[in-house]
Amino acid sequence: MVNRFHDNPSAIRGLFRGGEVHRDVYIDEELFALEMDRVWRTGWVYVGHDSQVPAPGDYYATEIAGQPLLMIRSQDGELRVLHNRCAHRGAKVVSAVSGNCGGILRCPYHGWTYRLDGALRTVPLRAGYAGTGLEETSAALGLAAVPALAVHRGFVFVRLSREGRTFREYFGDSISSIDNLADRSPSGRLEIVGAPLRYLHECNWKLFIENLNDTMHPMVAHESSAGTARDLWKNQPAEARKPMVIEQFLPFVSSYEFFDKMGVKIFDHGHSYTGVNFSIHSSYSAMPEYEAAMEQAYGAERARAILQEIRHNTVFYPSLTVKGAIQTIRVVRPLAVDRTLVESYTLRLVGAPEALLERSITYNRLINSPASVVGHDDMHCYRQIQEGLAGGVNEWVSVCRNYSPSGEDAGIAGTYNGTSEVSVRGQFRAWVAAMASDGQER
Amino acid sequence: MSAVAGDQELVDLVYAEARLIDEKRLEEWYELYAEDGHYWMPLTRGQQSPTSENSLMYEDKLLLHVRIRRLRSANAHSQAQPSWCQHVLQAPSIEDRGSITRIAILRTAFLYVESRRDDQQVYAGVAWHHLKRADERLVILLKKVELVNCEAALPSLQLFP
Repeated sequence: MVNRFHDNPSAIRGLFRGGEVHRDVYIDEELFALEMDRVWRTGWVYVGHDSQVPAPGDYYATEIAGQPLLMIRSQDGELRVLHNRCAHRGAKVVSAVSGNCGGILRCPYHGWTYRLDGALRTVPLRAGYAGTGLEETSAALGLAAVPALAVHRGFVFVRLSREGRTFREYFGDSISSIDNLADRSPSGRLEIVGAPLRYLHECNWKLFIENLNDTMHPMVAHESSAGTARDLWKNQPAEARKPMVIEQFLPFVSSYEFFDKMGVKIFDHGHSYTGVNFSIHSSYSAMPEYEAAMEQAYGAERARAILQEIRHNTVFYPSLTVKGAIQTIRVVRPLAVDRTLVESYTLRLVGAPEALLERSITYNRLINSPASVVGHDDMHCYRQIQEGLAGGVNEWVSVCRNYSPSGEDAGIAGTYNGTSEVSVRGQFRAWVAAMASDGQER
Repeated sequence: MSAVAGDQELVDLVYAEARLIDEKRLEEWYELYAEDGHYWMPLTRGQQSPTSENSLMYEDKLLLHVRIRRLRSANAHSQAQPSWCQHVLQAPSIEDRGSITRIAILRTAFLYVESRRDDQQVYAGVAWHHLKRADERLVILLKKVELVNCEAALPSLQLFP
């Protein structure tokens, strides 16, 4: 691989000019490898939800920045995230995506066993290691725990680098979107429901992340899906009760004014959410039974405050996007510079009526399935970009909507009009700071 | 009680259904579905519920209508270069003639190819057809499509396995 950026922070800074970004950030393989090391390893990345591992021995395996990881519940009830890599010869110890391993972890190759906290427990024919100094080697460490772990309202995040920001510093007030999602449960508890929809995106991971707070595309890209649903529905009498799917499709083709007034709020380190004032989820039918359960749990005033916070998408840069109002999260796993896996999960609000779950399930299928017509619209545009950028006639990608060249609005934390591209600029400020390795967001 | 239909009529509907999709005669295909009919593609093996767990597809007639109109629309950019598909069906087996339930159930193993210019995806699975009589016609109450790789990360799947 050509080494143009590894030792060249000024070349990396040159990729983002405030109002435009160089195409290499989406198509260059060296930058992709550097991102895994400098953005994904040093940032706080979402692993999973603690409801996926309720009992001792329960595990969930995933991979972040090329590291096979294991989220596991130990015998003492602690949730841990370990490197899923045998200390002996390096095999992944756990083979399935999820399950229960019983009281120990056992490598499928030579049968080394580990306690659920990762400590090395037994080695077959141990006498063969007498006097070899095994205890002084890396192998004696067992399955290493990740350097930094945080569980917030059941959401499990890790930082894979030893040095870095604390969880609180990294997410700041953006974490309020996870709080609002959890608060929407009358019991305060959430549960992952069943399997995630797994949509293979043939594009760079950033194109997906950027789109979550892009409010200038829905009325264009989704004219074919949501617009068709609108046209099918328009001859119905005004008093006709909208089917759930119509209720969920229609707001996608709202006006520019709607999306502009929705507002976008951005935070340091790449996080942002649209729907500061209202969102595409604001006009769903009331569910009196649920509202009553919320009032009973929180009192009328607090329940109203929770339910009036109807955000659109929150990006927890770089790995997670959250839709609290419809209990859907999307987990981003980059596979290659032009391949990204997006896994979309539904969460149950424990203690809420089943009708709410059905609404969330419907939304997730309608929008995030590989067979979703809305997904097809988006995926097609991502791929058009990926292929379009390969041509070098214009090396720059424009992200200057509502940008002021004085530099005031290059992606500084604050609240902006909803159709601004400021969230993309905020992401690239964070990206450059991480990639140029000095951590300073200029 | 008698069967919902003769064996040949049941089997013929399964073949006709696949052929109408492959030939993109989607308006005729739509008419094969009962007013309360559904097209369901589960996400997991042995999945019990389409409404309390995620599915790849669970389309009532309204959603099928949206899909068909979208495929016909000039705004469907993901179909500016159109997808085409081909089902290859094993002989359907009649699992239940519906003498008691009034719903006949057929099981059909299939291969399905969906192609869009240089891209080609190949799927295999089992389709279950639940057929009933409505206004004298034999119609589809449920088509459940169980992909063998339903749990895999999939690219855009734009037509109807």
